[in-house]
Amino acid sequence: MADPMRIRVTEKDGLVTVRVLMSHEMETGLRKDTSGQVVPAHFIRNVTATCQGRTVLSAQWGTAVSKNPFLEFSFKGGKKGDKVVIAWEDNKGDKRSDEAVIG
Amino acid sequence: MKRSSVSLAVAGALALLPVAALPQSAVDEIAKYRQQLQDGNPAELWEARGEELWKQKRGPKNVSLEGCDLGKGAGVVKGAYAELPRYFADADRVMDLETRLVHCMVTQQGFSFADATRRPFGSGSSRSDFEALAAWITAESKGVKMNVALAHPKEKEAYQIGEKIFYFRGGSHDFACATCHGENGKRIRLQDLPNLTEQAGARLAYTTWPAYRVSQGELRTFQWRLNDCFRQQRFPELKFTSEASIALTTFLAHNANGAAFNAPAIKR
Amino acid sequence: MTPRQPFVLLFGALLLAGCATLSDEEASKRALEIMKASFAERGQAKLDRLEQDEAQKLCSKPPAQALPKDTAERIEKANLAAIRYPADGKLLGDWKSGERIAQSGVGMQYSDDPRQPAGANCYACHQLSKQEISFGTIGPSLYQYAKLRGSSAEIQRYTYGKIYNSNAFTACSNMPRFGHKGILTEQQVKDLTALLLDPESPVNK
Repeated sequence: MADPMRIRVTEKDGLVTVRVLMSHEMETGLRKDTSGQVVPAHFIRNVTATCQGRTVLSAQWGTAVSKNPFLEFSFKGGKKGDKVVIAWEDNKGDKRSDEAVIG
Repeated sequence: MKRSSVSLAVAGALALLPVAALPQSAVDEIAKYRQQLQDGNPAELWEARGEELWKQKRGPKNVSLEGCDLGKGAGVVKGAYAELPRYFADADRVMDLETRLVHCMVTQQGFSFADATRRPFGSGSSRSDFEALAAWITAESKGVKMNVALAHPKEKEAYQIGEKIFYFRGGSHDFACATCHGENGKRIRLQDLPNLTEQAGARLAYTTWPAYRVSQGELRTFQWRLNDCFRQQRFPELKFTSEASIALTTFLAHNANGAAFNAPAIKR
Repeated sequence: MTPRQPFVLLFGALLLAGCATLSDEEASKRALEIMKASFAERGQAKLDRLEQDEAQKLCSKPPAQALPKDTAERIEKANLAAIRYPADGKLLGDWKSGERIAQSGVGMQYSDDPRQPAGANCYACHQLSKQEISFGTIGPSLYQYAKLRGSSAEIQRYTYGKIYNSNAFTACSNMPRFGHKGILTEQQVKDLTALLLDPESPVNK
């Protein structure tokens, strides 16, 4: 299983801000290693964020997103104590899901 | 996504400027971009791994590193990095962080020196324990004022030797550390160079290592920084935790005294 | 920019901390021993890279310990005598090739392939053409080099010589001695001379 994400969630005046740091190689498939072999593409394809089960963000990523991606977004309708879950899936079928509580 | 929109903004801003102003404004725009990268520093991923490695029972003796004395007492991590390198009586020598970690891995966890130092620097999935441990241990000194005392004669000697090495002209290109780091206001291409012979430059440079090096996609330590400088100076390879690396680190860390430690940082 | 604090401050701090343990000579000797034990050969970088010639030895001092005038002159004289000018007397090569050499930063590192030509990495320290904004400031700007000083035979000889061996003109120069140390070939030095002196070169436009 991939390394855990680091998630920080804050709420102010009804606006919830989420900051997520993901651990992922985000290999484009265009690089060659020192022996001249192409390094296979390995990147996050989908990201979903839910709050109390309600989808608040849905993203389709590609090779333009850099290694160890940092994602920041905001949404309305969350309150302190709600559970935010971030999940990603990559092109090899690896998945990772982590959660945080709105503080 | 955030990063690609910044680079468009940089290109846009640069296109409107007169030619003569381009290099400095490029440097300024890059500095702004780097500021924006501070939030979401991937170094935190290494910090999390480092904390785990410190607490995990490992090695032939199956003990954790929680009994390791980094200079402020066994297991005391908070503020320890700001006082390194320092003299350790149990080894009768001056040690920097990585040298001390190797010492604890060998004497407390039972690793052989060869096994402990097998991977000083990581690359992708091939990870280095030192980079993770350094990330966490140095984070525990964030905000603490650098305080590398030169109390013991061996600490004074290490500083002197470090200074000599700093000015050593050698290799095919006649480079010394001082060639690039001995004057104010200089840069290589568009990378500003800190003047390490003066307090201001030494403080700025030393307190921002280790750092997540974006171009490498890795967390890099001060041992790595010295190693990679010497490679570019066309010297042979600086050995990991060698006497020269400890002496140079002592010289530079002491020159940074008084400044608040501010790592792990993020760099290009 | 913060005001410059004299180097003396740091040296003073060391003295105040208690007597320096080693004399200056002892420290130099010990540092060399430690250096030899702290480096390992790798790739094309062998341990002989740590052996200093006279200029390197004399130039390994902090700027506060300025070189006496006669020592500086001695270094310049010795290095001037060591310059090897081309046997055919032609000092100008191809500026287009020169620009590529000026842009390239590879060569002589243990990570470099010794079979590939080295670059001079001029842009690391100097401004050259107007178009290249990614340039360093360790050395002076070379933009409009020939426009400012002409390209007489004397200038050609000086320019070739400076690239070949910088210490012939400035003892302890920060600039590598590209010809003398075998970093570049004779043709490469000619190409760089052309980059600076050819009126068609972007440096002079």
